[in-house]
Parts: sequence; C-alpha cells; structure tokens
Amino acid sequence: MDAPLLQMRGIVKRFPGVRALDGIDLTVRAGEVHCLLGQNGAGKSTLIKVLSGAHRPDEGEISWLGRPVTFGRPTDALRAGIATIYQELDLVEGLSVADNIHLGRERAHLGWVDRRGQRAAARELLQRLGHGEIGPRREVGRLSAAARQVVSMARALAHDARLLVMDEPSAALAHNEVDNLFRVIGELTASGVAVVYISHRLEEIRRIGDVVTVLKDGRTVATGLPARTTATREIVGLMTGRSVEYVFPPRPEPSAPLDPFLERSAERSAEPSPEPVLAVEALSLKGSFADVSLTVAPGEIVGITGLVGAGRSELLETIYGARRRSGGTVAVQGRRLRPGSVVTGVAAGLGLAPEERKSQALLLDRPVGHNISLATLSRFARLGWLDRRGEAAATRRSAVELQVRPPDVDRLVRTLSGGNQQKVVLARWLLGSTRLLLLDEPTRGVDVGARVEIYGLVRRLADEGLGVLLVSSEVPEVLGLADRVLVMRDGRIIHQARATDLDEHAVLDLLMEGSAA
Amino acid sequence: MSERTVPAATTDVTAERAGPDAWWRRVQVTNLGLLIVLVLLIAVGTATSDTFLTGSNLRNILVSSSVIGVVTVGATFVIIGGGIDLSVGALVALASVWATTLQTQSYGPGVMVLCALLVGAGAGLVNGVLIAYGRLVPFIVTLSMLVGARGLAARLAENRTQLVNQQSIKNIATTDVAGVPLLVVVLALVGVVGWLLLNRTTFGRRVVAVGGNAEAARLAGIDVRRVTLWLYVLSGVCCGIAAVMIMARTTTGSSTHGQLYELDAIAAAIIGGTLLSGGRGTVVGALLGVGVFTTITNIFILNNLSTDVQNIAKGAIIIGAALLQRRTVRSTS
Repeated sequence: MDAPLLQMRGIVKRFPGVRALDGIDLTVRAGEVHCLLGQNGAGKSTLIKVLSGAHRPDEGEISWLGRPVTFGRPTDALRAGIATIYQELDLVEGLSVADNIHLGRERAHLGWVDRRGQRAAARELLQRLGHGEIGPRREVGRLSAAARQVVSMARALAHDARLLVMDEPSAALAHNEVDNLFRVIGELTASGVAVVYISHRLEEIRRIGDVVTVLKDGRTVATGLPARTTATREIVGLMTGRSVEYVFPPRPEPSAPLDPFLERSAERSAEPSPEPVLAVEALSLKGSFADVSLTVAPGEIVGITGLVGAGRSELLETIYGARRRSGGTVAVQGRRLRPGSVVTGVAAGLGLAPEERKSQALLLDRPVGHNISLATLSRFARLGWLDRRGEAAATRRSAVELQVRPPDVDRLVRTLSGGNQQKVVLARWLLGSTRLLLLDEPTRGVDVGARVEIYGLVRRLADEGLGVLLVSSEVPEVLGLADRVLVMRDGRIIHQARATDLDEHAVLDLLMEGSAA
Repeated sequence: MSERTVPAATTDVTAERAGPDAWWRRVQVTNLGLLIVLVLLIAVGTATSDTFLTGSNLRNILVSSSVIGVVTVGATFVIIGGGIDLSVGALVALASVWATTLQTQSYGPGVMVLCALLVGAGAGLVNGVLIAYGRLVPFIVTLSMLVGARGLAARLAENRTQLVNQQSIKNIATTDVAGVPLLVVVLALVGVVGWLLLNRTTFGRRVVAVGGNAEAARLAGIDVRRVTLWLYVLSGVCCGIAAVMIMARTTTGSSTHGQLYELDAIAAAIIGGTLLSGGRGTVVGALLGVGVFTTITNIFILNNLSTDVQNIAKGAIIIGAALLQRRTVRSTS
C-alpha cells in the first residue's frame, strides 16, 4: 500500500469543561472515501475543525504527505490541499460561478482579473465534475443547493485540494441530486483525491464508502472497517453505549396514559383522560416535513429525535407559528391556532426555547430581567405603563425559581454562561401562562453540570402540569428525559414508542436504516 | 409554579443595591462624556467671546436647539428600533406648507396645528406601512419619502414661501413661560414624554427589543411589524410638532424648511450614544448631542467663522463620537 495522505495520531482538543477530542487516530489514503461515523457529540465536528485549521489541537500530531504539519489558520490547511465543504456553503451569492471558484486565488495580472481565463478554467473543472451544464457566468445566488455544492467542490479543486472533507453533504439534497453527488465523488476519487465523508445514513456509506472510522466520546473506537461489508449491528454497537455523564430525573409513576389516543380503550378508571395540551394533525411544511400528527398531554414530555435535515427544528417552529404551515392543524388546549402567527401561539400558551439561543431568543446587551419579561410585558403594564417594581419582583422570583446564577436580574445576559442563558429563556416562559414548552436542543452549548440542572427543571415543570415537546439530536438525551419518543426521518415521523421501550441501539437503527431492526 | 419567595439576598450584593430606582447606575458613560464636552464648549465659548455667556445668547442656543431637538427625539426612536428615517426634514417642510395654505389658515390656528400633526403622522404611517408590512428597506422607503414629500411641498406651495398670517401661531415663538421660551418648553415636553415612552412603557421596551434582536422579539411573541409601524408614525408626529415650531419662528411655511435635518438628527442621535444598528440609545444622550451641535454653531457664529469650518468640525465630532462608542461597546461586551 502506498503511504497515507493524512495521518492523525492521538489528537486531543479540550474546551473549558469538556474534552471534545480525547485521542483521535485517523489515516486517510489517496483516492479513498473515508466515512466518519459517530453520534452527535462524539467529536466529528471538532475533528473537522481541527482538520480544516479552525481549531488547533492541544495534543497529538498530524502528518500530511508524510510530513508533520500544524495548521494555525484555515488558509494553511487550504493551501496544503485540504478543503472543507460545510453544510452552509461559504460562497458569495452575488458573484458568478467562475468568480466564486477562483475566489482568493484569482488569475490576475497586476490586479487585473483574467476573466476569460477564469471562465475557461471554471468550465473545465465543472466538466471534470460532470456538471458542464452549470455556466461559469451564472450568479451563484440563483443556483440550487445541489449546484452550489458542485461549485464548492470545483472551488476546492481549483485550490488543488487533495483531500475533501464533506459534512453531511446529502442533508440538503433531493434524491436524484444525491446520485449526482455520488457520481462526482466517484470522479474525484478516481483522480486520486481523497474524501472524508460524514453522514449518518448507512445506505450512503454502503454505496460510496471504502472504509469506516467510528468515533465515540471523542475517541476513535474502530477504524479501517470495510464500508460495504461491516454489519450494521456491529457499527451501531460501536457507536452506542456512550459513557453518559449526566443523570436524568426520575419519571413520575405512569398514572397518566402516555399516549391518550393509543391507550384510551385500555383505560379502565372513571377519570377522563386529560385533554391533550397540544394536538397536531397532518401538519406539513413544504420542503421540510409532511403529515406529522402528534399530541402532548399535560405533564408529559414528548421527545423528537432525528438526523440533521430530518425537519425537527422546522417542525417545532411551525407548531409555534414562526413558520407558516402548508397544511394541517395545530390546537392548543382544544383551540386551533392561526397559521404563521407567533403572537396567537404565545397567547394560546406556547413557549419556545429555540435552537440558536443567542440569535433567536436573547437580547444579549440587556439585563436578565428585561429578557425574562419580554414575552409577558403587558402583564406588568396598565395602559402601556410599566409597573417596574412588579416586573423586577416577578422576574427575580422567576430567576431564583430557575436557579439562574447569579440571580441578579440587572446583569447583562451576555455575561452569563450558556446554561444560565438557557435558564433565562425558560424563566421567560414560566412567567407567562405557558401550557406547552417547545424545547429545541435545550442543552446545546451547555456544560455538564448545567445540563443536569436543566433536565431537572424540565421534569419539574412537567410535574407541575406543563406539556413539553423536546427536540434533540442527542439520542440519550431524548431517551433519558422524555416519556414518549418520536423518531423523525426525512420529514416524517417513522416511529413512536415509550422511552422505556426503546434503547439507543433501536433508535440509531431507525435513524440510519429507516426501519426498526 | 410553586410560590417560592426571593430569599433575603445576603449573598447577592448587587441585587440588593440595584433597586429599580438606582438612577446613578443609569447615567451612561456616553452621556457623561457629552456633558463634559458641553462644559468644555461653554468654556471655549466664554473664553473666545464676551457675548457667549449672556442670557440672551444662551436663550438663543436653546431656541435654535428646539426644532431640531424635537425631530431628533423621533429619529432616535426609529434608530433604536433598528430603522432609519431619512424623511424627517422633508416631512417638516411638507407639514409646514400644508398647514400654511390659505385654505388651512382660514380655519384658524387650531386647525393649522392639527393639520401639521396629521400630515406628519400620515406620512409616517405611509413610511411605516411600507417598511413593516411591505417589507421594504427603511433606507429606501424614507429616501423616497424625502424626495417625494419635498416635491409635494413645493407643488402645494407653488414654489412660493407661504406667510403665516395667524398671530397666535407667530406668538408661539415669542411667548415665554416663566421666563423660558415656549419653544424650549415644547422641546422639554417632547423630551420628557420621549424619555418616559422609552423607559417606562411596554412600547419602549419592545422598541429596544425589536432593534436589538428582531428575531428574538418575534419569537417572544412581540408583534414586530406593529411596533415598527408605530415608530415611523411617532417620528412623523415629531416632525409635525417641529413644523409648527418652525412656522412660528420663521412666520412662514416653505418647502425648503428643514433642509438636512435628517443628517443633523441622525448625527445627534449617534453622538448621543445611539447604536446605528439599533437596540441601544437614550433620549437624553440624543438631546445632549443636539446641544453640542448648536453650541458649536453658536460659538462659530460669534467668532465670525465660516460655515465651512463649522461643518468640518461637526464631521470630526461625529467620527470622534463613533470611535469613542466603538471603544465603550467593546469594553462592555
């Protein structure tokens, strides 16, 4: 065998409070498609960032073409020949295809761009990728997601990339576009370019992968597995059983029926089953998800899990009213909601803790108190005039209740940790008459200690009668916290069960193969 | 939710110290800086001119601050709310012309004032609807309004300057209330109302939220479009008030009133610590900004310096304030 293109040994990357990478070994050879598998949080994205020069590893060595290297900045890696194609493609929408391909490496004489030469070179690269139909003069902003991906790849080739890192490249693509992508990858590897391919979809890995490396807890747990022949069971087995470093709060005694629809007939007691706080029927959002029906009972935590691009966040935002549904109904406590109106959603008792806390939920340069009262301002006002004492008292109570630390409502939110910022968002909804909390990745960017607290808080809120709909890409989180679990794949709910009837293994099987194993 | 009360916070000193009325915590660094600048300017004025520190000159400074000050309060709200209003000067002109047509004047001073306010509010409403519900960029909408409103004003006035023949309107400029010119009293009232609106009402809180993070405001259930709409109406009403004041001062209504007010108002807001991207700003700061500008102009006039030099100095001050703001923003984040 020829010498490896890239060799990483014992890579360690620490962040405050976490060891994101804890000894990664990875060897990539020229011309191979190397698949990287692992659950969310296993360290894949950090590894990519180390590879692309965005993060500097704390320990370990990287050798490239047989020589030890350190990448201080992303341009270092690019110059060496490692190109990363991100999910959010980093193209300039207003420029032409040719200009984008040569961005940062223009063919120019004395600052004068050789446009004709650039177009010719771009055309050649696109043809080599089997996409001669993408004209070099076209504006990138008007291209489809698939075509943009091809442009990104052409750009990587224009920079003489010998290793292409692709993070979930198929997530944004339709079926026939995926076929195209695979053809392109085939052409690339035939010409000696190596591809590091990250995907959760086993069928894709089986189609184009050569070798598989599995990560877990920031470590390489297996490498060099043949992609086509390794049994699914073995791969899933390697990915699961993460050392779970957090404790989940106990579930209440199952006195309430877990699914009021399924179990109504089985109910013997005279008590009427509680009316669902949320009832979603045949909900659809074009291009994202379709025909989703679900209910959440008061006091129940329902968890949704799925891969990137499965439509999880979109589903929550559509229920909330932040996106306008294209079909179906949403009812809160029996009251139907108007489509596409957050105002009516909030008035009906919905509260959302969005995925991107900082950009979607918080006023970072405002005090904690103002952030907490944001959704309920009119409660503290008469004819628009604020009762600031009442507001301060209520927000302080809410902050204390949710263990925001420090419990100082005059502090700017920016100065709080991720976990405490999340508690501020939860406190906001506690202050109102919220009946159903929608939690989107509630522990993203939250350290381990605060996670446990947030789990405890969510369970306590549920015990006090709130319904909770939780979306998380971390399977153990959904299994540990929720009462009932829905599995989403490609915009549909493909399975639902009590959390106690599922395990990580079964959920991963569903996510990756699309059927219960 | 259990009925837990706040523990007597002995561990948390800040919570105890900072009641809602801890006013000294709210005096902002920028405002303090502006006050110092103002004091320095007064010192310079006193040193370079004998007439600077006389009652009539100080009165003069205040009166010439009054019209642009009222406009600035409205413009500051718009900027805090994440928008921009380039049409303020043109709206002052349009409202002054509309309120001084022979037809309007024939109904008496009350109708004239009402007319100016309604024209301002109406034009602001058009701005607001196009921006909030038409989803157009504020810069484009208010730029078009700037051009269009001045054009309409010129057409209404048939390119003539209309004289105010109602004595009670003219009296506004000459009346004193307890020794203070009525125009200055109006500015003070607008300032106080603006301050209260921004700091003591749900509307003000929502404006700051919308300007600071529109997406977060939307997801918190705030009707962002309605808030945006009202912002431009508010700015238009301020222009209407300013139009009445300018009618009184000049005894005319003219399509050339309020030239470049948009720039003066934005500049005053910016040096007063308002973030051009929204979400932060104070009424007091903006008014201090107006004060700084008019004082500079006054000193230059007293010393017989040309307006060219004046404008160069103003430009330099805006840049200086912006640089200073960058530093304070960085140090707090």
